[in-house]
Amino acid sequence: MSATLTAPGAPTNAASSPEPNPPKKRSKLPYLLLAPGMIWLAVFFVIPLGFMFATSLQVPINPDNPDKGYKPALHLHTYFDAISQYWQIYLRSFAYAGLATLIGLCLAYPLAYFIAQRAGKWRYVMLVLVVAPFFASFLLRTYAWESLLSDNSWVVKIGNFLHLLPQGRILSTPIAVIFGLTYNFLPFVILPLYASIERIDPRLIEATSDLYAKPFTGWRKVTLPLSGPGVISAALLCFIPASGDFINARLLGSINDRMIGNAIDQQFNNVRDYPTAAALSFLLMAVIMVIVTIYIRSAGTEDLL
Amino acid sequence: MTDSHKSQVEDLHLVNLTKTFPNGATAVDDLTLTIPAGSFFALLGPSGCGKTTTLRMVAGLEEPTIGRVYVGDKDMTTEPPYRRPVNTVFQNYALFPNMDIYENVAFGLRRRKVADVDAKVRAMLDLVELSTLGRRKPSQLSGGQQQRVAVARALINQPDVLLLDEPLGALDLKLRRMMQIELKRIQVEVGTTFVHVTHDQEEAMTMADTIAVMNLGQIEQLGAPVEIYEQPKTAFVANFLGQSNLFRGVVSGTEGDNLVVDINGVKVALPTSLAGGRSGKLVLGVRPEKVKIGSSERAHELPRNQVTGVVTDASFTGLSTQYLVRAPWDQELIVFEQNLAASERFENGAEVVLAWEPRHSFALDADEDLTAGLDEDVLDTIDLVADLSAETES
Amino acid sequence: MSAPTVSHGGSAAASSAHSNLPFGRRALNWWRRHVLAIYSIGGIAYLLTPVVWIAMFSFNQPLGRQNTSWHKFSTAAWTNICRDQTICSSVRVSFSIGLLITVVATIMGTLITYAIVRQRFLGRATTELLIFLPMATPEVIMGSSLLTLFLNMLFPLGFWTITIAHIMFTISFIVIVVKARLGSMDPRLEQAAQDLYATPPQAFRYVTLPILLPGILAAALLGFSLSFDDFIITNFVNGTTVTFPMYIWGAAQRGIPPQVNVVATLMFVGSLTLVAVGALIARARRKTN
Repeated sequence: MSATLTAPGAPTNAASSPEPNPPKKRSKLPYLLLAPGMIWLAVFFVIPLGFMFATSLQVPINPDNPDKGYKPALHLHTYFDAISQYWQIYLRSFAYAGLATLIGLCLAYPLAYFIAQRAGKWRYVMLVLVVAPFFASFLLRTYAWESLLSDNSWVVKIGNFLHLLPQGRILSTPIAVIFGLTYNFLPFVILPLYASIERIDPRLIEATSDLYAKPFTGWRKVTLPLSGPGVISAALLCFIPASGDFINARLLGSINDRMIGNAIDQQFNNVRDYPTAAALSFLLMAVIMVIVTIYIRSAGTEDLL
Repeated sequence: MTDSHKSQVEDLHLVNLTKTFPNGATAVDDLTLTIPAGSFFALLGPSGCGKTTTLRMVAGLEEPTIGRVYVGDKDMTTEPPYRRPVNTVFQNYALFPNMDIYENVAFGLRRRKVADVDAKVRAMLDLVELSTLGRRKPSQLSGGQQQRVAVARALINQPDVLLLDEPLGALDLKLRRMMQIELKRIQVEVGTTFVHVTHDQEEAMTMADTIAVMNLGQIEQLGAPVEIYEQPKTAFVANFLGQSNLFRGVVSGTEGDNLVVDINGVKVALPTSLAGGRSGKLVLGVRPEKVKIGSSERAHELPRNQVTGVVTDASFTGLSTQYLVRAPWDQELIVFEQNLAASERFENGAEVVLAWEPRHSFALDADEDLTAGLDEDVLDTIDLVADLSAETES
Repeated sequence: MSAPTVSHGGSAAASSAHSNLPFGRRALNWWRRHVLAIYSIGGIAYLLTPVVWIAMFSFNQPLGRQNTSWHKFSTAAWTNICRDQTICSSVRVSFSIGLLITVVATIMGTLITYAIVRQRFLGRATTELLIFLPMATPEVIMGSSLLTLFLNMLFPLGFWTITIAHIMFTISFIVIVVKARLGSMDPRLEQAAQDLYATPPQAFRYVTLPILLPGILAAALLGFSLSFDDFIITNFVNGTTVTFPMYIWGAAQRGIPPQVNVVATLMFVGSLTLVAVGALIARARRKTN
């Protein structure tokens, strides 16, 4: 009873030059699984964006009375108007969002590092506490800051005492808006940072000190680069929604702090100038898509989700 | 298990089995093989040789690009895994963490709606000596216990073929030895064909009736452990299975039943029956444990084939002393000297004579790559150490 | 060549040297070791500050309509949550929408995740991009474009448009959470199940789903919270339907009654309780046997 290299009793034709097996039928299953959600997204996310683009090209039916509605057209001029009128607001939005992102990263990184590498069994409790505020209405939390940072609050009193506040107050200044943006999106910054720092093998950090690096150098040369993808995800997840936000600007800022989100909301819901609103939205979307594309080019799509 | 199961087990045929991956890599290259029913068969080779891919094609977890898989007469090639009379013991056991041991073992029976699940599960747990642990979860068991659960879970379904994918790799040495004996015992008792994939040649030789040594998707040699060990057919097998001293030589004449082979000026004898019909250039090999080492004064007491050399390393391992001896043509030869109290110990620098019986030699084709089968990383490390020591000396 | 010996005098010498360090030095060492922990606790306190404020002011009896400065302690808001019926009906609306979308989005999201992680199909990059995009799109844009769609389709705005919108933007988050869980699960478990005669649906039901369940539940909780708390998108597509955040926004001018704080506090505590209960159940399961 010995094993053999040829198969003498092999049923059928052990042919001399075998042909490739017939290709396996492509399973339809993944498409069935994907269909419900992807169709939903296509209909209620992609198509609306298309509609919005079409709307941005529309013109009023009655030029003297925009309230009568709009008709389809190819009026690109709306975009030029939008850019020339609103470019400062765009810049302001990106500046506020950018500052909020930067500050958020600086605040969040040590916290994320601690939870990922040093918290031990407290790790999950801390993560829950980080996410927990999320379960209390964000509108109310922003109102809470409006109270906590109001002109006669002790925060402002201390700030004035230390001569930190150029305008003598926090509310209705850019400081408040940026503060609010930073606070609201902080969990979105902490979580991706945590996820990527958590993956770093602690022995790598030990190796840096074994090779004569001081803790800060070890962090700068090894931990920081390795957590790079997390930093970038965190930055995106903060900057993008922040640039379109209007709640913080409305509740905590002044007229001069209006962001592009406020403008879009106003055009849509108050002025009802749909083409302008749509054009403004699309321009914002375009900038965001550029950023996302740059990110994908450098990181690939596997890390998106 | 019953005798009726033993008589029902079928042969396993692999015909022209080939697997190419979309990135172009060929994992398995035109493999044709029959594994007789009821045997303990080992697929042995280094990582990347295609042994696991072959196993997975038998299990149905990979589709072959070309070729067929037959169990007895039935073509299983396009059948999904849940329709094959084949079960697998996975490398990390793959026990279902959400079920206890009892349910893990019962899983296959329940899916096939077999009657009398309880009695069968208890009997199987007894067989692998885990009867008291039925209600524990896998995470609460030791590695060795998990391994036995994995075997029980597969065997309970009385498959024609049991596939084992390096199942002992995660166990420590003593436990591994115990499990090797256990598995062998179970296989004999149950009568199922076992196909065992491993990179550990000692494990393969201990357990298997037949070994197929694989390299780069193909079988280098197939045979019983003794046969392929004593008479390797390629340099890869000679180097991968145990260790070998390989010499390049030329047949320079005959002497009775032997060929005379000239190795770098030294003439040695090779029985004609072992030469495989070769003449002219060939490669002569001899295993380190077959080589005797002695001082030049005692050369006349030593076997027929003799080479002189200088000891460059002597390592005492308890069972034996392993010598590295540099031959006059700069080749480093390996000798394992069994630790008999009477044997002489040689130190570095000693001039010695190495000798072996002609019948202990084997022959390979002249065009063999003599480094085939040697661990690349080991070779690189040896080179690196040599370079570093040359630097420090200078 | 003497053999190495072992001595025990060393450790005593070391510890006495340690306590001889100057106070400043020891303080600095202590600070170095703990600064990160202190910072982190501070960071979490900062995150929770508004929540504490909200809870505190749920016990306030405001002087006027604005509940922004402390007047006196009272549990009136807690005992009389539905004094203003609109509050409770808005909570009811938010709750029903939340439950509905959670069920639908979780199912759709889980199916998508399974396909993405375990299966091969064409157009993977496009699919992943499309799932990622809603998370990268400001809510203003999603809300306004959906409104445009509904207006053009003459679809009546209200409960159902809100539901549609919420399902749309929660799917992506569900996928992320479930994907993390599924991605960390050994694919060989499903292969083992098939090896043991389970068809793919059976393998999913008996092996994949039980292991995936905590992730699915976490995703559901996340989805519910996102929906319950959503303002911007809802603001665009709600028509006249009032959800809880819409109520808050509308009430802000007149003054937000403490009952709102009560609801928010209850939501907060309730979610934390759910998470805690889940963790305790998981730990209890590990301890039995």
